[in-house]
Amino acid sequence: MEQELKPELQKRMVKGPDGVEFEVEPLRDYYCEALPTVQHGAYFKIVEDFFNWARAQSLWILGFGTGCGAIEMRPLMTPRFDAYRYGIQWRPTPRQANLLVISGYLSVKTLKRAIRAYEQMQSPKYVVGLGSCTINGGMYWDSYNTIKRLDDYMPVDLYIVGCMPRPEALLAGFEDLKKLIRAGKAEGANQYAEKFDWYKSNQKRVIHDWDMPDYNW
Amino acid sequence: MRDLHTRLQHLFPLGELTEQRPNLGFVTVPAAYLRPTLLHLRDLEGYTHLVLLTAVDWLEEDLFQLTYLLSNRAAGRDIGLRVKFPRQAASMESIHDLWPTAATYQRELREMFGIDFPGSPRLHEEFILEGWNDIPPYRRDFDTLKYARANFSDRPGRETRDPEQHMKQQLYPDGA
Repeated sequence: MEQELKPELQKRMVKGPDGVEFEVEPLRDYYCEALPTVQHGAYFKIVEDFFNWARAQSLWILGFGTGCGAIEMRPLMTPRFDAYRYGIQWRPTPRQANLLVISGYLSVKTLKRAIRAYEQMQSPKYVVGLGSCTINGGMYWDSYNTIKRLDDYMPVDLYIVGCMPRPEALLAGFEDLKKLIRAGKAEGANQYAEKFDWYKSNQKRVIHDWDMPDYNW
Repeated sequence: MRDLHTRLQHLFPLGELTEQRPNLGFVTVPAAYLRPTLLHLRDLEGYTHLVLLTAVDWLEEDLFQLTYLLSNRAAGRDIGLRVKFPRQAASMESIHDLWPTAATYQRELREMFGIDFPGSPRLHEEFILEGWNDIPPYRRDFDTLKYARANFSDRPGRETRDPEQHMKQQLYPDGA
Protein backbone atom coordinates (compact mmCIF):
# COMPACT_ATOMS: atom_id res chain seq x y z
CA MET A 1 0.00 0.00 0.00
CA GLU A 2 1.44 3.35 -1.03
CA GLN A 3 1.31 5.97 1.68
CA GLU A 4 2.22 9.60 1.62
CA LEU A 5 5.67 10.25 3.08
CA LYS A 6 5.93 11.85 6.48
CA PRO A 7 6.77 15.58 6.32
CA GLU A 8 10.30 15.05 7.63
CA LEU A 9 11.01 12.60 4.80
CA GLN A 10 9.72 14.77 1.97
CA LYS A 11 11.98 16.57 -0.45
CA ARG A 12 12.31 20.18 0.64
CA MET A 13 14.42 23.32 0.54
CA VAL A 14 16.48 24.00 3.66
CA LYS A 15 18.24 27.20 4.60
CA GLY A 16 21.62 26.60 6.16
CA PRO A 17 23.14 28.67 8.99
CA ASP A 18 25.21 30.55 6.40
CA GLY A 19 22.07 31.65 4.58
CA VAL A 20 22.55 29.37 1.58
CA GLU A 21 19.43 27.49 0.50
CA PHE A 22 19.84 23.92 -0.65
CA GLU A 23 17.58 21.01 -1.49
CA VAL A 24 17.34 18.01 0.82
CA GLU A 25 15.83 14.68 -0.14
CA PRO A 26 16.15 12.69 3.11
CA LEU A 27 15.66 9.21 1.67
CA ARG A 28 18.52 9.72 -0.81
CA ASP A 29 20.79 12.15 0.99
CA TYR A 30 20.92 10.67 4.46
CA TYR A 31 21.68 7.09 3.45
CA CYS A 32 24.13 5.24 1.28
CA GLU A 33 22.33 3.59 -1.61
CA ALA A 34 24.69 0.62 -2.04
CA LEU A 35 23.12 -2.73 -1.22
CA PRO A 36 24.85 -5.26 1.03
CA THR A 37 27.38 -7.55 -0.62
CA VAL A 38 28.63 -10.99 0.27
CA GLN A 39 31.95 -10.85 2.09
CA HIS A 40 34.16 -13.74 1.05
CA GLY A 41 36.41 -15.39 3.56
CA ALA A 42 40.20 -15.26 3.44
CA TYR A 43 41.90 -17.39 0.79
CA PHE A 44 43.79 -19.53 3.28
CA LYS A 45 41.62 -21.51 5.63
CA ILE A 46 44.03 -21.03 8.51
CA VAL A 47 43.73 -17.27 8.14
CA GLU A 48 39.94 -17.42 8.06
CA ASP A 49 40.00 -19.69 11.12
CA PHE A 50 42.15 -17.14 12.88
CA PHE A 51 39.70 -14.38 11.95
CA ASN A 52 36.77 -16.46 13.19
CA TRP A 53 38.57 -17.17 16.46
CA ALA A 54 39.10 -13.45 16.91
CA ARG A 55 35.49 -12.67 16.00
CA ALA A 56 34.21 -15.20 18.51
CA GLN A 57 36.21 -13.43 21.22
CA SER A 58 34.67 -10.06 20.57
CA LEU A 59 30.91 -10.03 20.88
CA TRP A 60 29.47 -6.57 21.24
CA ILE A 61 25.77 -6.59 21.87
CA LEU A 62 23.55 -3.75 20.78
CA GLY A 63 21.71 -2.50 23.85
CA PHE A 64 18.30 -2.62 22.23
CA GLY A 65 15.49 -4.32 24.12
CA THR A 66 12.53 -5.29 22.00
CA GLY A 67 10.26 -7.19 24.36
CA CYS A 68 9.96 -8.41 27.91
CA GLY A 69 13.16 -10.45 27.46
CA ALA A 70 15.16 -7.25 27.70
CA ILE A 71 14.70 -7.53 31.46
CA GLU A 72 17.02 -10.57 31.44
CA MET A 73 19.83 -8.47 30.03
CA ARG A 74 20.11 -6.28 33.11
CA PRO A 75 21.24 -9.00 35.55
CA LEU A 76 23.40 -10.33 32.74
CA MET A 77 25.35 -7.12 32.28
CA THR A 78 25.65 -6.38 36.00
CA PRO A 79 27.66 -8.19 38.72
CA ARG A 80 25.12 -10.94 39.42
CA PHE A 81 25.79 -12.85 36.19
CA ASP A 82 28.47 -10.63 34.71
CA ALA A 83 28.60 -11.55 31.05
CA TYR A 84 31.66 -9.32 30.65
CA ARG A 85 33.86 -12.08 32.02
CA TYR A 86 33.05 -14.03 28.82
CA GLY A 87 34.12 -11.11 26.66
CA ILE A 88 30.57 -10.02 25.90
CA GLN A 89 29.69 -6.39 26.27
CA TRP A 90 26.94 -3.98 25.40
CA ARG A 91 27.19 -0.93 23.21
CA PRO A 92 24.73 1.92 22.85
CA THR A 93 24.81 2.24 19.07
CA PRO A 94 24.52 -0.21 16.17
CA ARG A 95 27.71 1.20 14.64
CA GLN A 96 29.73 -0.23 17.53
CA ALA A 97 27.92 -3.55 17.88
CA ASN A 98 28.04 -6.84 16.02
CA LEU A 99 25.43 -8.88 17.87
CA LEU A 100 21.75 -8.03 17.81
CA VAL A 101 19.75 -9.81 20.48
CA ILE A 102 16.05 -9.78 19.69
CA SER A 103 14.88 -10.09 23.24
CA GLY A 104 11.35 -11.42 23.08
CA TYR A 105 8.28 -10.56 21.08
CA LEU A 106 8.72 -8.22 18.19
CA SER A 107 5.81 -6.05 17.16
CA VAL A 108 5.65 -4.89 13.57
CA LYS A 109 6.43 -1.38 14.71
CA THR A 110 9.56 -2.52 16.54
CA LEU A 111 10.51 -4.79 13.66
CA LYS A 112 11.00 -1.70 11.53
CA ARG A 113 13.43 -0.27 14.08
CA ALA A 114 15.14 -3.64 14.53
CA ILE A 115 15.73 -3.88 10.77
CA ARG A 116 17.20 -0.39 10.74
CA ALA A 117 19.44 -1.25 13.65
CA TYR A 118 20.53 -4.53 12.05
CA GLU A 119 21.36 -2.91 8.74
CA GLN A 120 23.42 -0.21 10.42
CA MET A 121 25.61 -2.76 12.15
CA GLN A 122 28.94 -3.66 10.59
CA SER A 123 29.64 -7.05 9.11
CA PRO A 124 30.30 -9.66 10.30
CA LYS A 125 27.20 -9.40 12.45
CA TYR A 126 25.09 -11.92 14.26
CA VAL A 127 21.49 -12.18 15.40
CA VAL A 128 20.29 -14.15 18.41
CA GLY A 129 16.56 -14.74 18.89
CA LEU A 130 15.59 -14.89 22.51
CA GLY A 131 12.56 -16.76 23.79
CA SER A 132 9.72 -18.60 22.13
CA CYS A 133 8.17 -15.42 20.71
CA THR A 134 10.96 -15.08 18.18
CA ILE A 135 10.75 -18.77 17.27
CA ASN A 136 7.06 -19.33 16.59
CA GLY A 137 5.22 -16.41 18.14
CA GLY A 138 5.02 -17.93 21.61
CA MET A 139 2.07 -16.64 23.55
CA TYR A 140 1.55 -13.97 20.88
CA TRP A 141 0.77 -16.58 18.23
CA ASP A 142 -2.62 -14.99 17.46
CA SER A 143 -1.66 -11.35 17.89
CA TYR A 144 -2.48 -8.86 15.18
CA ASN A 145 0.74 -6.88 15.49
CA THR A 146 3.43 -9.36 16.53
CA ILE A 147 5.52 -11.32 14.06
CA LYS A 148 5.74 -15.07 14.55
CA ARG A 149 9.00 -16.11 12.87
CA LEU A 150 11.98 -13.86 13.23
CA ASP A 151 13.96 -15.68 10.52
CA ASP A 152 11.48 -14.49 7.91
CA TYR A 153 12.76 -10.96 8.38
CA MET A 154 16.41 -11.22 9.35
CA PRO A 155 18.96 -14.03 9.37
CA VAL A 156 19.08 -15.65 12.81
CA ASP A 157 22.22 -17.49 13.86
CA LEU A 158 20.94 -18.91 17.10
CA TYR A 159 17.73 -19.22 19.05
CA ILE A 160 17.58 -19.51 22.82
CA VAL A 161 14.38 -21.20 23.95
CA GLY A 162 12.37 -20.31 27.00
CA CYS A 163 9.68 -17.92 28.05
CA MET A 164 11.81 -16.15 29.26
CA PRO A 165 15.21 -17.86 29.16
CA ARG A 166 17.16 -17.31 32.34
CA PRO A 167 20.44 -15.40 32.24
CA GLU A 168 22.26 -18.74 32.59
CA ALA A 169 20.57 -19.92 29.39
CA LEU A 170 21.71 -16.77 27.67
CA LEU A 171 25.28 -17.32 28.79
CA ALA A 172 25.14 -20.89 27.47
CA GLY A 173 23.63 -19.53 24.26
CA PHE A 174 26.43 -17.02 23.81
CA GLU A 175 28.99 -19.79 24.34
CA ASP A 176 27.20 -21.79 21.62
CA LEU A 177 27.26 -18.76 19.35
CA LYS A 178 31.00 -18.51 19.88
CA LYS A 179 31.36 -22.15 18.78
CA LEU A 180 29.29 -21.42 15.67
CA ILE A 181 31.42 -18.40 14.84
CA ARG A 182 34.65 -20.34 15.32
CA ALA A 183 33.32 -23.09 13.06
CA GLY A 184 32.53 -20.45 10.43
CA LYS A 185 28.82 -21.25 10.52
CA ALA A 186 27.52 -17.87 11.65
CA GLU A 187 27.17 -16.38 8.18
CA GLY A 188 24.02 -14.38 8.78
CA ALA A 189 25.26 -11.17 7.19
CA ASN A 190 26.19 -13.00 3.98
CA GLN A 191 22.90 -14.85 3.98
CA TYR A 192 21.13 -11.50 4.26
CA ALA A 193 23.07 -10.16 1.29
CA GLU A 194 22.42 -13.29 -0.78
CA LYS A 195 18.70 -13.50 -0.12
CA PHE A 196 18.25 -9.75 0.16
CA ASP A 197 15.18 -9.58 -2.10
CA TRP A 198 13.45 -12.37 -0.21
CA TYR A 199 14.04 -10.67 3.15
CA LYS A 200 12.92 -7.30 1.79
CA SER A 201 9.71 -8.71 0.33
CA ASN A 202 8.91 -10.37 3.66
CA GLN A 203 9.63 -7.19 5.55
CA LYS A 204 7.54 -5.05 3.24
CA ARG A 205 4.67 -7.49 3.43
CA VAL A 206 4.14 -6.72 7.14
CA ILE A 207 5.47 -3.15 7.37
CA HIS A 208 2.76 -1.33 5.49
CA ASP A 209 4.13 2.18 5.93
CA TRP A 210 7.57 1.47 4.51
CA ASP A 211 9.28 4.83 4.41
CA MET A 212 12.94 3.94 4.49
CA PRO A 213 15.47 3.19 1.80
CA ASP A 214 15.86 -0.52 1.08
CA TYR A 215 19.17 -0.71 2.88
CA ASN A 216 19.81 2.11 5.27
CA TRP A 217 23.29 2.25 6.62
CA MET B 1 -21.63 7.99 46.74
CA ARG B 2 -25.44 7.86 47.16
CA ASP B 3 -25.71 11.48 48.25
CA LEU B 4 -23.80 12.61 45.17
CA HIS B 5 -26.03 10.48 42.96
CA THR B 6 -29.18 11.94 44.49
CA ARG B 7 -27.86 15.46 44.02
CA LEU B 8 -26.93 14.76 40.41
CA GLN B 9 -30.28 13.14 39.68
CA HIS B 10 -32.04 16.39 40.41
CA LEU B 11 -30.03 18.02 37.63
CA PHE B 12 -29.47 15.35 34.97
CA PRO B 13 -31.44 12.29 33.80
CA LEU B 14 -28.98 9.73 35.17
CA GLY B 15 -29.32 5.95 35.32
CA GLU B 16 -29.04 3.75 38.40
CA LEU B 17 -25.90 3.95 40.52
CA THR B 18 -23.69 0.87 40.65
CA GLU B 19 -21.59 0.98 43.79
CA GLN B 20 -18.42 -1.01 43.27
CA ARG B 21 -16.90 0.09 46.56
CA PRO B 22 -18.00 2.71 49.09
CA ASN B 23 -15.73 5.19 47.30
CA LEU B 24 -16.23 4.04 43.69
CA GLY B 25 -19.49 4.18 41.75
CA PHE B 26 -20.61 3.98 38.13
CA VAL B 27 -23.56 5.73 36.59
CA THR B 28 -25.01 5.86 33.07
CA VAL B 29 -25.44 9.25 31.38
CA PRO B 30 -27.26 10.03 28.11
CA ALA B 31 -24.76 11.24 25.51
CA ALA B 32 -26.38 14.68 25.30
CA TYR B 33 -25.89 15.26 29.04
CA LEU B 34 -22.29 14.08 29.23
CA ARG B 35 -20.62 17.47 28.99
CA PRO B 36 -22.82 19.28 31.54
CA THR B 37 -22.44 16.36 33.95
CA LEU B 38 -18.66 16.34 33.57
CA LEU B 39 -18.49 20.11 33.99
CA HIS B 40 -20.69 19.97 37.07
CA LEU B 41 -18.57 17.22 38.61
CA ARG B 42 -15.33 18.99 37.78
CA ASP B 43 -16.21 22.51 38.83
CA LEU B 44 -18.73 22.06 41.63
CA GLU B 45 -18.16 18.60 43.10
CA GLY B 46 -14.34 18.55 43.14
CA TYR B 47 -13.87 15.67 40.65
CA THR B 48 -10.97 17.45 39.01
CA HIS B 49 -8.93 14.51 37.78
CA LEU B 50 -9.76 12.50 34.67
CA VAL B 51 -8.31 9.11 35.61
CA LEU B 52 -9.07 7.36 32.36
CA LEU B 53 -11.28 7.27 29.32
CA THR B 54 -11.89 3.86 27.85
CA ALA B 55 -14.32 2.04 25.59
CA VAL B 56 -16.25 -1.23 25.63
CA ASP B 57 -17.59 -2.82 22.48
CA TRP B 58 -21.10 -4.21 23.07
CA LEU B 59 -21.21 -6.02 19.74
CA GLU B 60 -24.44 -7.96 20.41
CA GLU B 61 -26.32 -4.79 21.36
CA ASP B 62 -24.65 -2.83 18.57
CA LEU B 63 -23.40 -0.23 21.03
CA PHE B 64 -20.15 1.32 22.10
CA GLN B 65 -19.75 2.34 25.71
CA LEU B 66 -17.33 5.01 26.86
CA THR B 67 -16.34 5.16 30.51
CA TYR B 68 -15.09 8.46 31.91
CA LEU B 69 -13.53 7.80 35.30
CA LEU B 70 -13.18 10.91 37.46
CA SER B 71 -11.46 11.22 40.78
CA ASN B 72 -11.96 13.55 43.70
CA ARG B 73 -8.55 13.57 45.33
CA ALA B 74 -9.60 15.52 48.41
CA ALA B 75 -12.48 13.20 49.24
CA GLY B 76 -10.74 10.05 47.98
CA ARG B 77 -13.73 9.13 45.82
CA ASP B 78 -14.05 8.07 42.18
CA ILE B 79 -17.03 8.13 39.88
CA GLY B 80 -17.33 6.54 36.45
CA LEU B 81 -19.68 7.95 33.86
CA ARG B 82 -20.87 5.48 31.26
CA VAL B 83 -22.16 6.70 27.90
CA LYS B 84 -23.65 4.36 25.32
CA PHE B 85 -24.06 5.23 21.66
CA PRO B 86 -24.54 3.32 18.39
CA ARG B 87 -21.61 1.50 16.78
CA GLN B 88 -22.50 2.64 13.27
CA ALA B 89 -20.59 5.82 12.41
CA ALA B 90 -19.52 5.94 16.05
CA SER B 91 -18.90 9.50 17.11
CA MET B 92 -18.75 11.22 20.47
CA GLU B 93 -18.29 14.76 21.66
CA SER B 94 -14.67 15.59 22.39
CA ILE B 95 -13.77 16.71 25.93
CA HIS B 96 -10.19 17.81 25.23
CA ASP B 97 -11.13 21.33 26.31
CA LEU B 98 -12.15 20.09 29.77
CA TRP B 99 -9.08 17.89 30.30
CA PRO B 100 -6.21 18.25 27.80
CA THR B 101 -5.16 14.66 28.54
CA ALA B 102 -8.42 13.46 27.04
CA ALA B 103 -7.03 14.26 23.60
CA THR B 104 -4.52 11.40 23.95
CA TYR B 105 -7.20 8.95 25.07
CA GLN B 106 -9.39 10.04 22.19
CA ARG B 107 -6.59 9.52 19.71
CA GLU B 108 -6.14 6.00 21.00
CA LEU B 109 -9.87 5.26 20.90
CA ARG B 110 -10.09 6.60 17.35
CA GLU B 111 -7.31 4.26 16.28
CA MET B 112 -8.20 1.12 18.24
CA PHE B 113 -12.02 1.33 18.15
CA GLY B 114 -12.67 3.73 15.29
CA ILE B 115 -14.65 6.15 17.44
CA ASP B 116 -14.59 9.67 16.05
CA PHE B 117 -14.21 12.70 18.32
CA PRO B 118 -14.72 15.73 16.07
CA GLY B 119 -12.43 18.64 16.93
CA SER B 120 -9.99 16.69 19.07
CA PRO B 121 -6.39 17.71 18.34
CA ARG B 122 -4.18 15.39 16.26
CA LEU B 123 -7.01 12.88 16.23
CA HIS B 124 -6.19 11.32 12.89
CA GLU B 125 -2.48 10.95 13.47
CA GLU B 126 -1.19 7.45 14.06
CA PHE B 127 -1.06 6.68 17.75
CA ILE B 128 0.33 3.16 18.27
CA LEU B 129 -0.22 1.34 15.00
CA GLU B 130 1.76 2.23 11.93
CA GLY B 131 0.29 1.77 8.49
CA TRP B 132 -2.76 -0.10 9.75
CA ASN B 133 -4.99 -1.15 6.87
CA ASP B 134 -7.82 -3.16 8.43
CA ILE B 135 -10.78 -2.36 10.66
CA PRO B 136 -9.72 -1.03 14.09
CA PRO B 137 -8.24 -3.98 15.98
CA TYR B 138 -10.03 -3.58 19.31
CA ARG B 139 -13.46 -3.89 17.72
CA ARG B 140 -14.83 -7.27 18.60
CA ASP B 141 -15.74 -8.11 15.03
CA PHE B 142 -12.04 -7.88 14.14
CA ASP B 143 -10.71 -11.44 13.96
CA THR B 144 -7.19 -11.21 15.33
CA LEU B 145 -6.38 -14.89 14.73
CA LYS B 146 -7.45 -14.67 11.10
CA TYR B 147 -5.40 -11.51 10.65
CA ALA B 148 -2.33 -13.13 12.24
CA ARG B 149 -2.70 -16.20 10.00
CA ALA B 150 -3.01 -14.07 6.88
CA ASN B 151 -0.05 -11.82 7.69
CA PHE B 152 2.50 -13.79 9.67
CA SER B 153 3.78 -17.21 8.70
CA ASP B 154 3.69 -20.15 11.11
CA ARG B 155 6.62 -22.33 11.98
CA PRO B 156 5.57 -25.94 11.51
CA GLY B 157 5.74 -28.25 14.51
CA ARG B 158 3.94 -26.17 17.06
CA GLU B 159 1.47 -28.21 19.14
CA THR B 160 -1.19 -27.03 21.50
CA ARG B 161 -2.46 -29.20 24.33
CA ASP B 162 -5.57 -28.81 26.40
CA PRO B 163 -4.11 -28.17 29.87
CA GLU B 164 -6.74 -30.27 31.68
CA GLN B 165 -6.34 -33.33 29.45
CA HIS B 166 -2.58 -32.98 29.44
CA MET B 167 -2.31 -32.91 33.24
CA LYS B 168 -4.70 -35.87 33.53
CA GLN B 169 -2.43 -37.85 31.21
CA GLN B 170 0.63 -36.81 33.16
CA LEU B 171 -0.76 -37.54 36.63
CA TYR B 172 -3.02 -40.53 35.94
CA PRO B 173 -1.62 -42.34 32.92
CA ASP B 174 -3.85 -45.45 33.48
CA GLY B 175 -6.98 -43.31 33.39
CA ALA B 176 -7.85 -43.75 37.08
